[in-house]
Amino acid sequence: MNRLESYLLISSILAALGVVTIASRRNAVAILMGIELLLNAAALNFVAFGRFVKNAAGTHPLDGQIFAIFIIVLAAAEAVILLAVIIAIYRQVESIDADRLRELKG
Amino acid sequence: MKPSDLFFVLLALMTVAPAFVVAFSRSLVHSAFALLFTLVGMAGLYGFLAADFLAILQILLYVGGILVLILFGVLFTQKVYTPAVTTGRFAFAPVLLVGAVLFAVLFVVLGLGISWPIAEARPAEPTIRTLGNLLLSRHLLPFEAASVVLLTVLIGAVAIARKELR
Repeated sequence: MNRLESYLLISSILAALGVVTIASRRNAVAILMGIELLLNAAALNFVAFGRFVKNAAGTHPLDGQIFAIFIIVLAAAEAVILLAVIIAIYRQVESIDADRLRELKG
Repeated sequence: MKPSDLFFVLLALMTVAPAFVVAFSRSLVHSAFALLFTLVGMAGLYGFLAADFLAILQILLYVGGILVLILFGVLFTQKVYTPAVTTGRFAFAPVLLVGAVLFAVLFVVLGLGISWPIAEARPAEPTIRTLGNLLLSRHLLPFEAASVVLLTVLIGAVAIARKELR
């Protein structure tokens, strides 16, 4: 069970669900959740490939985990900025429906 | 079936099944709490991949930080007194089709279609010391860049979300 294919299956499902969430939701916070699903799927792939696949010359076996660490850091930064933007928008428009945001003028 | 296999399947179900709730639930609060289970399940999967530090980081940062932020966002930007905090959907059937095609391409074509060079199993040993050495030697430049990004985020978030001074 603990093989590369099972992790690829899990991360493929998570990535597809993340895209579905991003594309079908109207609420901006729900879109953020979809982005988190996608990033998690990518990080899981990095770690799984790093563990199971022969590493090429000049690379370290733990390079995949380093990538995952950077993905987590960037996801945190992105969530903070996105929520700041969402709250600023909510203060202006009283709604965070992504379809209703048609104006850029502050 | 070994006991560890059973545990792995349970963990995988705990990761994948709530992700469907995240994608399809009408209630945003349900989605956010389902995301909690997905993220904790991911931490368990990192444990299975012998990535102990990543499992801790996942719990600390995702569950302790990002999820709280998301819940904050959900509850702060809705009129909580209305009974159902829901979210509308856009073009649902085509999006489902795109998701199914994406899954097929990712898993069947890229995952199973390519024969990856599988290495012999490595022993599961603590990774924290090695990761620290790698971060401060081979990956020093991205490490420093990440710190600049975090500083920028710190300033930017305050600048965006503050009230306008007049």
